[in-house]
Amino acid sequence: MNTILEINHLSKKYNDFTAVDDLSFSVNSGDVYGFLGQNGAGKSTTIRMMLTLIEPTSGEINIFGKPLSKNRYEILSKIGAVVERPDLYKYLTAYENLKLFAQMSNINVTHKLLMDQLDMVGLADRSDSKVKTYSQGMKQRLGIGIALVHNPDLIILDEPTNGLDPQGIADIRNLILKLSTEMGKTVIVSSHLLSEIELIANRMIVIHKGKKIVEGFVKDLLDPSKTLVEIETTDNEFAKSVLKNSAFAPMIEDKNDKLHLTINKSEISTLIKIMVESNVQIIAVTPRHSLEDYFLNLTKTA
Amino acid sequence: MWNLLQIELFKISKRPRTYIAFAAIAAIVLIFQFAFKADGESYMNLMMQNIQDNFELDKSKAINGYFMCYIILNTLLIQVPILVTLIAGDAISGEANMGTLRLLLTKPISRTQLLLVKFFASFIFTVVLLIWMAMIALFLSMAIFGVDDMLIFRAKGEESQILQITKDDILWRYFAAFGYAAIALTVIAALSILLSVFAENSIGPIVATVCIVIFFTIVSNLNVPIIDKNVKPFLFTSYLVGWKGFFYIGISDDGQPIKGSIENWGAIRNSLSILLAHIALFLGIAIVSFRKKDILS
Repeated sequence: MNTILEINHLSKKYNDFTAVDDLSFSVNSGDVYGFLGQNGAGKSTTIRMMLTLIEPTSGEINIFGKPLSKNRYEILSKIGAVVERPDLYKYLTAYENLKLFAQMSNINVTHKLLMDQLDMVGLADRSDSKVKTYSQGMKQRLGIGIALVHNPDLIILDEPTNGLDPQGIADIRNLILKLSTEMGKTVIVSSHLLSEIELIANRMIVIHKGKKIVEGFVKDLLDPSKTLVEIETTDNEFAKSVLKNSAFAPMIEDKNDKLHLTINKSEISTLIKIMVESNVQIIAVTPRHSLEDYFLNLTKTA
Repeated sequence: MWNLLQIELFKISKRPRTYIAFAAIAAIVLIFQFAFKADGESYMNLMMQNIQDNFELDKSKAINGYFMCYIILNTLLIQVPILVTLIAGDAISGEANMGTLRLLLTKPISRTQLLLVKFFASFIFTVVLLIWMAMIALFLSMAIFGVDDMLIFRAKGEESQILQITKDDILWRYFAAFGYAAIALTVIAALSILLSVFAENSIGPIVATVCIVIFFTIVSNLNVPIIDKNVKPFLFTSYLVGWKGFFYIGISDDGQPIKGSIENWGAIRNSLSILLAHIALFLGIAIVSFRKKDILS
């Protein structure tokens, strides 16, 4: 599977405040990739760096196999994005807004293309209404229409269901699923709601205070039988080398001064046994329950 | 670039605030024309109270379309910068305020391109505003008041001077003056755009530009030798009224005006160079700052 987006050791600092801290992850072609974190976790900052709105302090972003910093024009022409609110020109109609942004995307803009796009997001019958008369949900759909009008390969939607009523949320969710399943697009969706990501994404990352907490397939991470185990030892490198020679090798994640593994509860005793038999000096083994509990806990303590 | 410029002009044309400037100019000019039509002679008496004893003048001929336009420009070209800032001051900050800046910058266009397009659109707005001004202040005045030789009242040092320009030697001077005014007002537009880069709402850059223009104009009009020599030459406001130079006709040794001449071409060229340098400076700083700016709006 092709890697569409690769982020390596990305950081963004504002004086003493670190908004994004050494973040690394990758998105594959065809993924609906959930970008999960509570408000202020650094999701929007990361997305803005992916779209060249913010200059990273350090790290690199490769999209479509090329460094973003050196191929901005080419890369952005293949990305469609809605960043936070879908703010548009309120004094223009939906059709005029769409036309204007389509013309900036270097494509052949025809009346049919624009009307088809408005039809796809369910706004064809309101195409001549000024955007100031639109509801939040309609603006969001128009924003997505603008993001899609140039048929991008990668779509980035930052909190697309924010401020929407239940029907609006369902509409956006269905649209994202349609983009992925019917049109084969790669979609990155950020949200602070685990339930949202669970319904639409196949892979996800959770970030907190700018740092990666966990990344993987949604079905694995949200499997109720799985438990996130946090291990602290006197020598984590040694512990890691021991576990790498065991069946737990694919589950190991290095988290600064701790090791994380997402495993079945029943496997915890085996894990401890392997380490003890290899003379790993264990300080603590802490089951963090399921990812859902862990995420809810993060949200509660914020 | 042309495509982007068309988009920008389309957006400007669709905004109600764009037309405030045109309506304001029309209202002021029409009030002037009405007042002079009703009682222009009182104004001429006031202007000539010191010299009418030794100067024979047919006042009804003196108040003609050319003279009217000169009076209107003298007044309006101080206020028009404020109208230009309504558009230019909104260029980047207005997009940031609406939230559309982040959407614009996710499109495959460079920040330099976007800023230049905003600048050219502001320049075109300024030129269209001046054409509108020319239409109603010059051509409408010519239609209402007719045409004749034009008298210019000029304060030159301690002296007052009256210059007379024949009617067949005036129109080209107006075209040149409007051209000069376009450059002068573009300095204001460039300053507004520069300030607009640092703001996230339109009010800040508009008010800041107006304050700077007012402050610099006051300093430019201070008659203190040390300021005359060390400060005024560097203030763009000292050159905003340089368009008047096109009406200061050259005088021959026997005291007669020389048709088609200008008293001091060098001063006009110098003023234009300084204004263009200011445009380049403001625009250069704006581009560098905008390219480095993190878009957080």
